[in-house]
Amino acid sequence: MSQTTAVHGEKISLLRVLGPGHIWALGVGIVLVGEYMGWNFAVGKGGALAALIACWFAGLLYTCVAMIDSEVTSTVAAAGGQYAQAKHIVGPVMAFNVGLYLVFAYTMLEAANAITLGYLVQTVGTMAGFEDVHDKPFIVLTIVFLAWLNYRGVYATLTFNLVLTAIAFVAVIILFAAVKPWSHELLKHGDLLTGLPYGMLGVLASLHFGLWYYLGIEGTCQAAEEVRSPARSLPMGTMTGIITLLLAATMTWYICAGLMPWEYLGQAVTPLFDAARLTESQPLMVLLFIGTCFSTMASANGCINDASRAWFSMGRDRYLPTWFGAVHPTNRTPFRSIMFLVPVAVVFAYFAPLDQVITFSILSGLLGYTYMSFNVIMFRTKWPLDSIKRGYVHPFHPIPAIVLLLLCSLTYFAVFLGYGTQLVAMMVFFAVASLWFHFHRYKFVRRGDQFTMDWPRPQGY
Amino acid sequence: MSAFKILEYVAWGISLVLGLWMFIDMVKTNRAYSEEFLTSSKEGEIRDALVIDPPHQGGHL
Repeated sequence: MSQTTAVHGEKISLLRVLGPGHIWALGVGIVLVGEYMGWNFAVGKGGALAALIACWFAGLLYTCVAMIDSEVTSTVAAAGGQYAQAKHIVGPVMAFNVGLYLVFAYTMLEAANAITLGYLVQTVGTMAGFEDVHDKPFIVLTIVFLAWLNYRGVYATLTFNLVLTAIAFVAVIILFAAVKPWSHELLKHGDLLTGLPYGMLGVLASLHFGLWYYLGIEGTCQAAEEVRSPARSLPMGTMTGIITLLLAATMTWYICAGLMPWEYLGQAVTPLFDAARLTESQPLMVLLFIGTCFSTMASANGCINDASRAWFSMGRDRYLPTWFGAVHPTNRTPFRSIMFLVPVAVVFAYFAPLDQVITFSILSGLLGYTYMSFNVIMFRTKWPLDSIKRGYVHPFHPIPAIVLLLLCSLTYFAVFLGYGTQLVAMMVFFAVASLWFHFHRYKFVRRGDQFTMDWPRPQGY
Repeated sequence: MSAFKILEYVAWGISLVLGLWMFIDMVKTNRAYSEEFLTSSKEGEIRDALVIDPPHQGGHL
């Protein structure tokens, strides 16, 4: 197999080796863990039906995200994804903020995954009869091993993700078939769906964790400089990814809501594994336990990939020290960015509570989605369809952007209901970071160098 | 010492080895190449004409 990359004398670049399958694995791999655990806290907030509404609501939100992202990223195909888009379309302060959203969202999610994997190993140890078992060694091992894999090369890293993600997705399909959705032998939706226990306020509150079904699908565009055909592969990988997740989310809800009462499901740690246990099938239990572990590992792996690319891109543009913008000459990976983020993830995974880590990840993602809604409107206004060629043109513009903005606003309110302090703290942090960037850091940026697209002058300028 | 305790020590050990491996490789790489070369990647250059990447430069045959 031969791979291609750009080698220009004494210059070096990331390695262009990925195909659409890797992009699918990157997007779905980051997210699929949300089907194995996390989404069900939406059930706890408002009941099983509220979680279904949240599933559809978040599905609509992320379909808008995927469509918008596919169009913009098929044109701004650069590592850093939404950060590079914001730099070219909105401006430097927005780009700096978006870069931070990305790094926070993915590093926090990586930490959450490592905590979960450590917990799973600890649970197995306890169930096997061992006393005084600890999760910390396995939390650290997860982060360091996956960072090492990322350090060694992107092709092996995302091929590994493809295998893990495919197995985890197939496990959900097998479980769906095993519970016989065509019969009432195992599934008892008629008895278990008891309406909305907390009314419409419960529905609103459940929107917060509804995001967990899809959070991270937009990470596909971080691979833009490592994919062989960005204009084709990125939209294809992203759109097939969101379709996969919509199917997986619906199957997951249907299985779990038909097997467990909402009072239990709303606080279960591993709902899909619990569903397998209720079938009393040993092979299914093993399969879903493997699926849980694999989806968690795939998510952490993809998060390391994406966070390091965003950090690397900001370093390359001097938004951060240029030291971070280095590429490894042999492995062709952003090795310093990968290394730098290892202790950051370890500290959060070691010391921060899981729900706080997850909330910071969701909030960072939500801020990013809000930016995407007006980013695409500015993109279409400054560069109309006939001015630059797009690999994909999303339909019904500007309706997806407006819908996305409305859904994000509702979700902010939902987050505020449960985690108002964290929301305010995060907004203050980003405001202070913006001031630091504007008054201190931006003077180091070479303003002409950061705009690399050979686009015509924007309309109105 | 229980088998699980040994597993915990193995996990710490592998983490330490992999962490050290990356750190030493990073230091060696930083010393072996100029800073200008390591940070020479430019956004947008991926659109340029491509060449086959020799295996010793990170390609896969």
